[in-house]
Amino acid sequence: NYPLYIRSIPTENELKFHYTVHTSLDVVEEKISAVGKALVDQRELYLGLLYPTEDYKVYGYVTNSKVKFVIVVDSSNTALRDNEIRSMFRKLHNSYTDVMCNPFYNPGDPIQSKAFDNMVSAMMVQVC
Amino acid sequence: MEPPEEKPIIYTMENKPIVTCAGDQNLFTSLYHSLAQQLSREPMEWRRSYGRPPKMIHLEANFVQFKEDLLPKEDNKALLTFPFLHIYWTDCCDTEIYKATVKEDIIRWQNLLKTYNTVDWLIVVVESDTKKKNKTNILPRTSIVDKIRNDFCNKQSDRCVVLSDPLKDSPRSQESWSAFLTKLRTLLLMSFTKNLGKFEDDMRTLREKRTEPGWSFCEYFMVQEELAFVFEMLQQFEDALVQYDELDALFTQYVVNFGAGDGANWLTSFCQPVHSWNGLLLRKPIDMEKRDLIQKSKATLLDMRSYLFSRQCTLLLFLQRPWEVTQRALELLHSCVQELNLLEVLVLQGALDCWVFLSCLEVLQRIESCSDWAQLDSNASHTVGLWTYATEKLKALGYLCGLASENGPNSEDLNRTVDLLAGLGAERPETASSLQSPYKKLKEALSSVEAFEKHYLELSHATMDMYKTIGRLRSARLVGKSLAEFYMRKGDPQKAEGFLQEALKTYMTEGWALPVTHTRKQLAECQKQLGQMENYLQTSSLLASDFNLPEEERKHFCQEILNFANQQTYNQVQKVVLGMSSFAQLRQLHFKPCSAVVHVGGSLTIELSLHSHMPVPVWVGQVAASVHFSNEKNCFHNAVESLSKQRVMAGGNNGIIHIQTDPPAGHSPRVSLPSLELYEMHDKSPSDNSLNSTGVICKNVHLLLRHQESVSSIETPSGVSLEDSAQVLKTTDVLLEPGFNKIVFTAPTHEPGMYTLRQLCATVGSVQFVLPHIYPIVQYDVYSQEPQLKVEPLTDSLLAGIAQKLKFTIITGHYAIKKGDVLQLSNVDAMHILYSPGNTATILSNTGEKVEESVLMIQSSEKVTSIMLPLTPAYHVIEFELEVICHILSTLSKPFDNERLTNGELHWKTKENEKPDSCQASIAQKMSIDCPWSIYSTIIALTFYNPFKAAQSLLSAGKRKYIQVCLQNMSEVSFHLLDHNLTESLKCPNIELVSMNVKTRQHVYRKQSVFCLWEIKWTKELPSSLQCQFSVNFSPAISEEESTSFKPYVYEFQLENIVTLYNVKAEIYPVLGAEHCRTGSLCSLEVSITRLSDLTEADQDESLTESDGLCTTKLMYEVVDNSSNWALCGKSSGVISMPVAARALHKVHMEVMPLFAGNLPFPNVKVSKYLPHHSSHSTQPDIDSWLENDLSVDKALDEQADSSSIRSRTSTHSASNEHKGLSMPRLQSFSPGQVFSCSTGMQVLVVPSKDDHVLEVNVT
Repeated sequence: NYPLYIRSIPTENELKFHYTVHTSLDVVEEKISAVGKALVDQRELYLGLLYPTEDYKVYGYVTNSKVKFVIVVDSSNTALRDNEIRSMFRKLHNSYTDVMCNPFYNPGDPIQSKAFDNMVSAMMVQVC
Repeated sequence: MEPPEEKPIIYTMENKPIVTCAGDQNLFTSLYHSLAQQLSREPMEWRRSYGRPPKMIHLEANFVQFKEDLLPKEDNKALLTFPFLHIYWTDCCDTEIYKATVKEDIIRWQNLLKTYNTVDWLIVVVESDTKKKNKTNILPRTSIVDKIRNDFCNKQSDRCVVLSDPLKDSPRSQESWSAFLTKLRTLLLMSFTKNLGKFEDDMRTLREKRTEPGWSFCEYFMVQEELAFVFEMLQQFEDALVQYDELDALFTQYVVNFGAGDGANWLTSFCQPVHSWNGLLLRKPIDMEKRDLIQKSKATLLDMRSYLFSRQCTLLLFLQRPWEVTQRALELLHSCVQELNLLEVLVLQGALDCWVFLSCLEVLQRIESCSDWAQLDSNASHTVGLWTYATEKLKALGYLCGLASENGPNSEDLNRTVDLLAGLGAERPETASSLQSPYKKLKEALSSVEAFEKHYLELSHATMDMYKTIGRLRSARLVGKSLAEFYMRKGDPQKAEGFLQEALKTYMTEGWALPVTHTRKQLAECQKQLGQMENYLQTSSLLASDFNLPEEERKHFCQEILNFANQQTYNQVQKVVLGMSSFAQLRQLHFKPCSAVVHVGGSLTIELSLHSHMPVPVWVGQVAASVHFSNEKNCFHNAVESLSKQRVMAGGNNGIIHIQTDPPAGHSPRVSLPSLELYEMHDKSPSDNSLNSTGVICKNVHLLLRHQESVSSIETPSGVSLEDSAQVLKTTDVLLEPGFNKIVFTAPTHEPGMYTLRQLCATVGSVQFVLPHIYPIVQYDVYSQEPQLKVEPLTDSLLAGIAQKLKFTIITGHYAIKKGDVLQLSNVDAMHILYSPGNTATILSNTGEKVEESVLMIQSSEKVTSIMLPLTPAYHVIEFELEVICHILSTLSKPFDNERLTNGELHWKTKENEKPDSCQASIAQKMSIDCPWSIYSTIIALTFYNPFKAAQSLLSAGKRKYIQVCLQNMSEVSFHLLDHNLTESLKCPNIELVSMNVKTRQHVYRKQSVFCLWEIKWTKELPSSLQCQFSVNFSPAISEEESTSFKPYVYEFQLENIVTLYNVKAEIYPVLGAEHCRTGSLCSLEVSITRLSDLTEADQDESLTESDGLCTTKLMYEVVDNSSNWALCGKSSGVISMPVAARALHKVHMEVMPLFAGNLPFPNVKVSKYLPHHSSHSTQPDIDSWLENDLSVDKALDEQADSSSIRSRTSTHSASNEHKGLSMPRLQSFSPGQVFSCSTGMQVLVVPSKDDHVLEVNVT
């Protein structure tokens, strides 16, 4: 439950995002435990909309090793449907896997990979 | 029956499908109640169009009197008022009457229906027995029905139903009732299907027209809602909800499209400024007020949404899905706010907040009203979002209206409040009665500061509690934090602190850097206001080292600390103690010397590498490290041990101790997770060293696992205490630059013992930064040492006879060698100390560095050799070498020493061989040394080893004799040998030793031997024993140059029984006539023993018998074939008596058979003296050793010898062992010179036999 990587594009509001993402972990955990009870083996990684706020929509995604991804988007951005978010998460997950494959990366350290960074930036530019 | 309704239809839930009744109204009235009751009693399956699943529905109907105006006009879309079925009732049973009135009536009715295109009708004929009885002229009752059927139902005979005796309780009546009801239901449903289908089609066409300019959503809304009403009427809430959801989606889509620039005209009506924000109203099933507005296309967006949601809410509640309401409510509120933004609707500031707040509370209250508390609690996760939202909004409102500030609202704020309250309008009549209505709450909250606070706190706490119960602690913390912000604004930091601390703790444990920084900043502010100086300074120091803060803020906090530190110095004695981790970090400790072991009074410096986190250079008054001193008993031992290890260590880490430190707390994701320590593991089996298993072990599993379990006890900032310690390392006035700093301490080394660094403390003014524990444990040892003298040979072993070097090592310890200090060595006779003028002593410092060299002064007197030691300070090492020589004591070898090398015939066991061969003869020498620091003398034992070992052997060839000397080099050194010489020590005149050695000079390598040979020549009689002395000069062959002095080596020995007595010759002849021996055929072996000499003194023993002046002696011969080449046939051993005279000859024949072809060596012939048992010989002690009383030989004799004497011997053998020496016949071997075997080494050619055609082949 500690951040490996945080990036936000309107940087002026970064603090608020941090708080939002942090509280969203509550919901993520709730969902994980709920799913865990129901279906252990066949688990959907994508958790869907965690909770909406007035300005943002928070989506969650959890890998099988319980690494959590959270995407916060502007809720006025209606172009982003579930499918887009889903593919974004999948991309994130792939990229994260690449990072983990790096033998010089210590699991648990903050991610400093350039490739990961570029991927996230590209994704953000594409969205905004 | 209710009177037909004239007034506009009230849309209530009591709506039912309308069924009209015509005909006999009285009749119907009488039947109405039972009909209405029974209609809904049984469900009916409704098959629907468009593949929708069939449903069981309970039908109800509203029966109305038939009127023409009830029939819908062509363009009327109202479904609710649509009559679905028309029934004509009659109880006519008289044909006449029927013909007269009823028929016409029905016809009229039918025509009327036809004009409106209605085909859903039914004629009911009620039959009654009572009527029949009254009328005498009863026609068969069927006739009327038949007539009606004939008249009206020409194709559809089922449109006419008979209901008999409806008011009576008879089986027949029951039957007809049920038939009628079934029919009625079927027809109703048919009508529904048809009409609704038609309606839906119309609606769809209307929807398709939506791109046309004149299309209005409101109109369409009304139409689709109509459908929803019908479904609701039919209790099909699911379908009704679908209708509303469709409308909702359509509306949302339009708004979104509008946002995208694709606006529809009708939407403009929704874009009007909002004047009223009175929240949702969920108490009434249908909000007619809003519906009217929509119908008139005057609704604002909020009205539209409110109405839609209230309808959805109602339906969801009917469906028992209250939790969906909350979820939808939250979505609705969010999307409304979004949509208003999107449509750029003008809204008064704060109005939306009001609306959202009211709506939230309204929804919550509505939910509460229709579910019990237990349910509410367990479903808090659904409602908590609304609570949070309401709290947020109220807070926003409070800030907006100046209710949350310390001073209360100003006039501007008050104006705003009034505007907002105006927008709320008047309270609805529905809620006016309840005290807790959202309207009242909001109004109250906005009215005064206190009320606002009360409501806000109430909401916040409720939300927080709710979050906590459902386990969303993080969210609870966030709410708490915003509550803290509120308290801070209210100027109540006391209450804020707790919330902030809690939130901070959560963020810290999960490593969220930015929130940590932000919260900490708030906390710092709070603590400052509270005047908790210590905590404030601690927080400030954390903030000053926080890299997430901009430079200026960090400097600000740093300055805060410094200001405090400087101002308080005078008036406050008590110093403020803070943790060091935020201020600076200890990264490295560097000992000089690097072993961290020094002697008492030695110098030891410790260099600390501190990483300062402060943004500005800080002037530190004093840096002190407290030291724990322990004077352990085994301290000295440790010190010496570590001194010996010192070189190993120096190669290792250079005395630098790296301190594993975490980055400052805000940075680290996991605050202090110990790093994984993995080690390779090999499990080898002890027996054969093969690998059993291999793997990787994590050594600190306990740490890692424990950490995961308890993350709670991470930060204990106030637990820092300053230890009092007697020993403190100090440096003063250090300027700590941001980043790395090096501080050098000089460690005290006055007393021997172990010093452990415990705490590090940096003092800035009155503030002390304390690092409570230095981990890993850093220690240094101070030792004191007694002087020591060590003498050891330079080589592995000392060799006698040549000069050997001894190494003297003096460890001075605490003793400083003064001028005139002398080592006195007492001399030993056999060992001399060689003095060479070039002897130098090397003085080494403690760490092994060379300090100086000085010449040794050595004085030798008769008894004592004194060595002048050079001046040496304490804790140094003096090393020098001395050469000593130990003379070889010429050792007389015992007679018969080590007769190992013989002429090869006989192998005797020598009991002389007590020591193993490798063991050299050694000489132990003791040297006593007097040291200046001690009154006792040191005794040093040295062992010198003899470099050589010599052995002699006598060789004979017939009568000629040779002496062989084997000189074995036992040492690891090669030697030059010169002038080996053999002399006869008794100086017999007639004996001459002729050297057969070619070289006078030879080289003997280590562990090798040199053999020398001499022939004995004699002129007269050869003495039976010979005393010889072997001498050789040797010098170590270390250097090429020959100048080195040769030392003599002398070896003396004695030879006895030199004279050859017997010549033994063996010959093998093939069978007569054959040229060669053949395998498998017998050959004859002839052994001839010849006496070579006359009687000598060597024969003087008990085997000699004398008769007639002719001496004979008994000999025993044995033929032994050790290599199993021969098969001996017959007697292979026997006793012969031999005359003691020269050239006496005895021949023995025996048969042997060669077993192999080829050149075969002859079998051995052993000859020994046979001593008969009767002889009472005086036992010579050395004779025993020559006895062949081996059991193995005995056995061989038993088998092969058949002489009676031997048998008797064996019989006595078992009788008594102690008489063995006396009573048994014994064999005595000859000494090696006495018997010469001519045929030793001879071979005979054996050819394979011709008939040897048997070939064995073994294949395995």
